[in-house]
Amino acid sequence: MPCVASLGSMQRVRLICAAMVVASSWSCKPEPSRSTGSMSASVGTAPQVSNGEVDSSADDGQWVRPAKDFASTRFSGLTEINATNVKNLRPIATFSTGALRGHESAPLVVGSTMYVITPYPNVVYALDLTKPGLPAKWSYNPKPALASQGVACCDVVNRGLVFDAGKLFFNTLDNRTIALDANSGKPVWETQVGDINLGETMTMAPLVAHGVVLIGDSGGEMGVRGWLKGLDENSGKVLWTAYHTGPDKDVLISAAFRPFYPQDQGKDLGVSSWPPDAWKIGGGTMWGWISYDPQQDLIFYGTANPGPWNHEVRPGDNKWTSTLFARKPTTGEAVWAYQLSPHDIHDYDGINEQILVDLPIGGQTRKVLIRPERNGYVYVMDRTNGQVLSAEPYGFVNASAGVDLKTGRLKYNPEKEPKLGKVVREICPAAPGMKDWQPSAYSPRTGMLYIPHQNLCMDEESLSANYIAGTPYVGMNVKMYPGPGGNRGELEAWNPQTGKQVWAVKEDLPVWSGAVATAGDLVFYGTMDGWFKAVDARTGAPLWQFKTGSGIIGQPITYRGPDGHQYVAVLSGVGGWSGAIVAGGLDARDSSAALGFVNAMKDLPSKTTKGGMLYVFGL
Amino acid sequence: MTSVVTPRQERLVLLVPLVTLLMVSVAKSGIVSAFAGTAHETTLRVCADPNNMPFSNARGEGFENHLAQMIARDRHASVSYVWWAQRRGFVRNTLNARECDLVVGTVAGMEMLATTRPYYKSTYVFVSRRDRHLDIRSFDDSTLRQLKIGVQLVGDDFANTPPVHALAARGLRRNLVGYTLYGDYRAPNPPARIIDAVANGAVDVAVAWGPMAGYFAERSPVALDVVPVSPRIDLPFLPFVFDIAMGVRRGDSTFRHQLDDFIERRRDSIDSLLAAYDVPRVDRSVVRSQTRASRGSGG
Repeated sequence: MPCVASLGSMQRVRLICAAMVVASSWSCKPEPSRSTGSMSASVGTAPQVSNGEVDSSADDGQWVRPAKDFASTRFSGLTEINATNVKNLRPIATFSTGALRGHESAPLVVGSTMYVITPYPNVVYALDLTKPGLPAKWSYNPKPALASQGVACCDVVNRGLVFDAGKLFFNTLDNRTIALDANSGKPVWETQVGDINLGETMTMAPLVAHGVVLIGDSGGEMGVRGWLKGLDENSGKVLWTAYHTGPDKDVLISAAFRPFYPQDQGKDLGVSSWPPDAWKIGGGTMWGWISYDPQQDLIFYGTANPGPWNHEVRPGDNKWTSTLFARKPTTGEAVWAYQLSPHDIHDYDGINEQILVDLPIGGQTRKVLIRPERNGYVYVMDRTNGQVLSAEPYGFVNASAGVDLKTGRLKYNPEKEPKLGKVVREICPAAPGMKDWQPSAYSPRTGMLYIPHQNLCMDEESLSANYIAGTPYVGMNVKMYPGPGGNRGELEAWNPQTGKQVWAVKEDLPVWSGAVATAGDLVFYGTMDGWFKAVDARTGAPLWQFKTGSGIIGQPITYRGPDGHQYVAVLSGVGGWSGAIVAGGLDARDSSAALGFVNAMKDLPSKTTKGGMLYVFGL
Repeated sequence: MTSVVTPRQERLVLLVPLVTLLMVSVAKSGIVSAFAGTAHETTLRVCADPNNMPFSNARGEGFENHLAQMIARDRHASVSYVWWAQRRGFVRNTLNARECDLVVGTVAGMEMLATTRPYYKSTYVFVSRRDRHLDIRSFDDSTLRQLKIGVQLVGDDFANTPPVHALAARGLRRNLVGYTLYGDYRAPNPPARIIDAVANGAVDVAVAWGPMAGYFAERSPVALDVVPVSPRIDLPFLPFVFDIAMGVRRGDSTFRHQLDDFIERRRDSIDSLLAAYDVPRVDRSVVRSQTRASRGSGG
């Protein structure tokens, strides 16, 4: 994963709207009164989303957090754009972000303003949705330390902002959490929460729950000890820090902690499941997604892989890496935990999204959490206690042979265990997993989960000389390549009740963008060669596509504009781990570059070029 | 060879504070010529880590700093540095980004660049407190089973330093205490923490790369023994001795040949330089740090 800093010129983002005057009359208050009540009552038979926010009649047309709602459905109740008219969708405005790295973030829409954050240097733009061409109202450049680019493992991305109570919250690559006044763009507070000198960076989008800004760190490859912090929404004060390795008191595990499976029960497992002191540099960062259930007042999120990658030095389960946590947002206290990939050996971070829905299972309605996991399984879990109800593969998996539902334990395939001096071929999924950070969407109308993901396998072999910090060693060559079928990615519709695929749209390249589902029964996603697509939510039939300027790895959104009409927006701008060959200008001849991902992406430079651009589409 | 050679006319634009992880200073001179060994050449642009003794630091105190000075003098040039922590991305962001033209130390045969003939060969070593009298010379020494063994960890790309593999293969995983090569970059020379750990008793023995271990062991307040590991190559193929060469961009063959020639002509000076930094050698009869150790001079 390229550390990517090219020095100098391209980092200078021009503040195109520096001279703009902020209109004092402008307001960014939510406008809940403007609901159209357009969605039918068909949700009655379909599974209900837990917090009710996605009921279309209640959909306020805004998009205030990357996942749309606390349940992380990325489902919009808007229906104006549908299977019949989507063919008429056309771009109505574009906006260059001035940044050239991977654009993974979701635009936000609050009232009549759209907010966009760029990859490093993490500039925030506010765009006026009431005027033609969506002119910028203000911008804010936090000026992250140049050096932070060299610390980031996997391109200098940012996964988004979040809006709450008049403020925007986001993280900078150099480990600051910043609150801006959403009206003026002026900083309200700023808190330094990590240190690049320790290998930490930040790329995730915060979540605000119960007045607490929830944030986590990146850098598991650098000997970092991962954490999640809760910051006071109004002051930025750190209320609590929950580490993901180490003694129970550091992990905020108390007497109330009730993990479902014996594998996760015991005192100070974050110490005893490691060799002496190894937990201090054990990874378990948190650079992905958090969901919130207001009824239970619980947040849910997973932790990243253990460090170092090479597993031979860390015998044991390496808790609490690659682990799903349920915590109280106000105190950070852990309520339950479940380790998805104990003693991970393939870089299967557990930071993917979890969708909170209520599903009929076995004749009763269960409060579940659905996770398309990096290790290749869609987990359906009881979110009240952490029990795994099902875990079915959503692609070709041979690195493990399923999950034992009695013990909760992932069943590794010993033949695919990397060993020095041994070539291990066809490990599936490859290190980025069946799915990396790119979030799926869930439609309560169809009951389907729409999973954008990759289809890659890898070979691991040793024996190329390497040199770090004046120390020579024999490096591992990782080579990734397409999995069975030859397509490197797909958008897959998944029925979480049956644990089966409903349909899939095969894509040549990994699908590294997020997905959005709408009450118009459409699913939107983008491809790494720049196509932005709409397909039929029930059949997967292609309905519309538009070629943007660069590969899409961002998160699409849809919203109701000030004119009452529905729009769809997405950031184009290739990069990320998968797109490093383009955004980082890597050498296609070096098949092990970007930790082996380049081998699978050699043709990408002939299919797209870098450059960040916002696209807004309307009818 | 203990004093710092003040870099004459060195265009060191930034004195890098240790709290800065990565920083680049670019030669200010407008007359930096393309480095192809032309007669117009005035500046030797060196890619180096600003915080990694005994190899290099921003104050020019490392043996690679001195070697760069020797090369520059030989070419009637001055030295400028591009500073970058020597980690994943180092070669890509410095040498191969054409920000600089020479990496003074790299492992021979590294694929990302073109390497010269080796100018020294060193070895991984066991480091232990002299007052412990451990006298460990081999990974097969059964004493190791009773000890806490410090090793260094690479972090990403599934790989690790060779001692990790050798000890794991011998069933000693539970004895290992890992130290990352990255460490805390605010502190001087982050990889050296493993030697501190031997001195203060946090581990009983450490296995580390010779040049770093030899240098810090010799300067430790506590007397430390430095002993080359054995075997030199663990089967099926796990080397503990490595040839170290200089690196240039692939395709810069004229420059590379000139450096080969320099290494040949100045071999004695290079050997003296490395000896002054207590680099354990396996390509020369004298391993200086061992010699000193046998004198019992200690701390």
